[in-house]
Amino acid sequence: MNKYYTKIDNLAGNVATLKAKGVGYDELAVVEGKWGKSLAQVIRVNGDSATIQIFAGTRGVSTGDKVTFLGSSMRFSFSEDLFGRVFSGSGEARDGRGELTDNLVEVGGPAVNPAIRLMPNRMIPTNIPMIDVFNTLVEGQKLPIFSIPGEPYNELLARIALQAEADVIILGGMGLKYDEYLFFKNKLEQGGAMDHSIMFIHTASDPVVECLQTPDIALTVAEQFALEGKKVLCLLTDMTNFANALKEISITMEQIPSNRGYPGDLYSQLASRYEKAVVFEDGGSITLIAVTTMPGDDVTHPVPDNTGYITEGQFYLKGGVIDPFGSLSRLKQQVNGKTRDDHRAIMDGCIQLYSKCRETREKRAMGFEMSEWDNKLLSYGDDFEKKIMSFSNNVGLFDALDSCWKLLSDHFEPRETGIRSNLCEKYWKKEQA
Amino acid sequence: MSLTGRIVTVYGNMVTAEVNGSVAQNAVAYCHRSDGVKLMSEIIRIRGNLIDMQVFELTRGLMVGDLVEVTDDLLSVELGPGLIGMVYDGLQNPLVEMAQKVGNFLEPGHYLKALDRNKQWDFTPVAKVGDVLTCAEVLGFVKENIFDHNIMVPFTLRGEWTVKDIAPAGKYTVEQTIATLEKDDETISVNMIQKWPVRMPLGIYKERLLPTTPMVTKQRIIDTFFPVMLGGTYCIPGPFGAGKTVLQSNTSRYADVDLVIIAACGERAGEVVETLREFPHLQDPRTGRTLIERTIIICNTSSMPVAARESSVYTAVTLGEYYRQVGLNVLLLADSTSRWAQALREMSGRLEEIPGEEAFPAYLESSIARFYERGGIVELKNGKKASLTIGGTVSPAGGNFEEPVTQGTIKVVGAFLGLSYARSYARRFPAIDPLESWSKYNGIIDTEKVDWAHDFLKRGKTVNEMMQVVGEEGTSIEDFIVYLKSEFLDNVYLQQNSFDEVDAACPVERQKYLFNMVTDVLAYNFAFVSKADARDTFFTLTEQFRNWNYTPWGSEKLAEIENKVKETLAAKGAAK
Repeated sequence: MNKYYTKIDNLAGNVATLKAKGVGYDELAVVEGKWGKSLAQVIRVNGDSATIQIFAGTRGVSTGDKVTFLGSSMRFSFSEDLFGRVFSGSGEARDGRGELTDNLVEVGGPAVNPAIRLMPNRMIPTNIPMIDVFNTLVEGQKLPIFSIPGEPYNELLARIALQAEADVIILGGMGLKYDEYLFFKNKLEQGGAMDHSIMFIHTASDPVVECLQTPDIALTVAEQFALEGKKVLCLLTDMTNFANALKEISITMEQIPSNRGYPGDLYSQLASRYEKAVVFEDGGSITLIAVTTMPGDDVTHPVPDNTGYITEGQFYLKGGVIDPFGSLSRLKQQVNGKTRDDHRAIMDGCIQLYSKCRETREKRAMGFEMSEWDNKLLSYGDDFEKKIMSFSNNVGLFDALDSCWKLLSDHFEPRETGIRSNLCEKYWKKEQA
Repeated sequence: MSLTGRIVTVYGNMVTAEVNGSVAQNAVAYCHRSDGVKLMSEIIRIRGNLIDMQVFELTRGLMVGDLVEVTDDLLSVELGPGLIGMVYDGLQNPLVEMAQKVGNFLEPGHYLKALDRNKQWDFTPVAKVGDVLTCAEVLGFVKENIFDHNIMVPFTLRGEWTVKDIAPAGKYTVEQTIATLEKDDETISVNMIQKWPVRMPLGIYKERLLPTTPMVTKQRIIDTFFPVMLGGTYCIPGPFGAGKTVLQSNTSRYADVDLVIIAACGERAGEVVETLREFPHLQDPRTGRTLIERTIIICNTSSMPVAARESSVYTAVTLGEYYRQVGLNVLLLADSTSRWAQALREMSGRLEEIPGEEAFPAYLESSIARFYERGGIVELKNGKKASLTIGGTVSPAGGNFEEPVTQGTIKVVGAFLGLSYARSYARRFPAIDPLESWSKYNGIIDTEKVDWAHDFLKRGKTVNEMMQVVGEEGTSIEDFIVYLKSEFLDNVYLQQNSFDEVDAACPVERQKYLFNMVTDVLAYNFAFVSKADARDTFFTLTEQFRNWNYTPWGSEKLAEIENKVKETLAAKGAAK
């Protein structure tokens, strides 16, 4: 029989303090009152008192409510039965299909020993040229999408989810609008991916504490599948909401904030989630793509800033396209040497020319005279944006490389591209020149 | 006999316990979880009979009333032969062995011995019976890879000790006695293992010297423009994506030192994995052995417990000091010191100390200073010179160098290699900003010449800024040439292609040779008919020099390219 208490001393924010004995740090509790039941977690024990954070918030919680301690930390049921299911941030069924109680696994366990990790070395095709050609996604990578609110980041996530050949897709939604949740659900159903997908959804109207749990449960499940040798794609959106939830809790706990109100351990908190991305020796892996919205398009904001130091690159979503300059896949060198011999040359060549085009546009805007070379760059740049950068392009890597060659052939002479001459001889589209 | 107490508070990774008896600051304690698992901790504050401890593991499941066992030992590392080539966590647990024993995950409560107890070492005695020795003097040595690893009189011994017995040459494990020493009526047995508390600097030497020998990194911009000395200190601050990690990794590969200690402190596990998987296959050109045979990795990545991250840089620096004591030139690369500072901040917050700037503790600066001061070049008791060079990366929030960790570091290091986002954005690697960075040391090339060349960079930047306003047509040809010369210097000397086999590492001889070639161009008196002509010529020169950079040293092609350069120059020379 679990111990229960019926006297809460303090209530503030989502946090309650009560007198309790024999309670473990991180232990789970249930708070039961007039307005319903909620899970809670011990976040401090001090002498004979315990501080708990109540997942559903403290609204309506009475000092006389019943608090039952469950004697263990958060756990979640893991099995193939999870496929096609939708859960809340605290792991309760959201789809009305009943709770799962078998094979409970500990949520948020210890880190993977770095010595057993493998180097990621397999490309994940997305059929988006800006990713496949220029910033290749690699299995086992952790990569955020930096974006200002309003950009089509969820569309991008859904597209990657459906294109990538993953065994398991896990979506963790934090602070989602309800229609965004429905968007993902419809996309996965239409794409026929629901039978190997699992969704953990915290919507904006759900309690803040559940937002904190969402990535942990999602990643715990992901880790279990990866240990079974499955290739897992884990999508998290939006990590800025997660960070804001951290901020809210830490301020309630009277922690001294470090930067713009965020707690001093923001880096460690984010890192312990992102670092779940892994490649195991027996073939299982977790690839993690997370949306980070940047308040005010400010990359120096603490959330994108700390994220950038943790992740292996980032996709910048700007003006509806993946910006080729800010974006970076740190692991692309692991794979793009063995796709096709022209991959790296096209990657560098096209971007250098496009960057020159941008400079020329600035010059033009300042009213300087345009030379013939400048005009070449300008028309190339326009075409590049239309034919390569735009999301409407849905082509495989090799086709995308061919389109790049076509583009170069349309606008330049081989020597102007700065690409090695033996590659130009092999791939240059002479007939169109 | 160790002391016991009971837990009264658990808050994050900080645990407070009530203890009756005398306890030492920084002593190791173990929190006993009710299921029997013991979690290692360190005492970081004492208030009456309450001790505050930072726990090096997840504190999940600890309860008020749980047993705490306080030991007399300070947080220490094991020193001796067999450290090289190992991968340790921040508490010196060997990670590969840990995986074999515990599995995929770093489950709390497992601690392993740092040194292999079964391995036999070939011991050769040096000291003789009757010799009178003091601490850190050599008793004998074993072969560790290519090094003579000196086995020394324990560092903790005071006064003069007489060798009563010394083991004959032969094979011994680290635990076997290799000498017996006596002083007055005290006798002790000595084996190959020494223990040393990580927070105490380990330095037993005749005198500490001024760093005067450059530590060659084979990165031109460092060795020529912003050099680092053996026994010196330097820092590399930079925003994310500016190439800190690539630069550190290149340094760990190519630096002319005996031993590299990589402290991956709160960074990505992936980077450690890269080192771990690649170094056993990469050859060290200096010795012909693999790189892992001159490397120790201390790895406390960002998802590993934060308190162990804080101690990991001390573990790393203590190992560095130890090998300096052995007589080697050691380079410690700490990546990143900001994560270590953040760990300090987290603990300070839990201790509810009054915060300084950006919530960092007030002792941040002095902690940074003490850390870098542990580097240095020394003359050991046997007259040999040995050094510990420390290079730390800093990850300033938002790439802003005004923040406390960067500022606290700049004050105490000998060289500042600031990475700039603008340079990495423009793909100019290594992205060390040539106008912001500085070094207090003298490098491989005469300072006067370096300053002269550096001046072109400054002037070129001024011209470039002016050109943004008045356009190319409003700039005089003389100014334009200065600009092109500065770009040329940047392109062919400062930038280095780390993915090219030849260009990735530029040895001293080659650097000096190239530097002379480049200064010849910088000093050359050109006559151009137009700016387009000037641009075109420098484009050709840049191309030629790049090809030169990609051509192996000693190849006949080098002379060919040099002739082409001469032709290019001759065609555009002004009449004398």
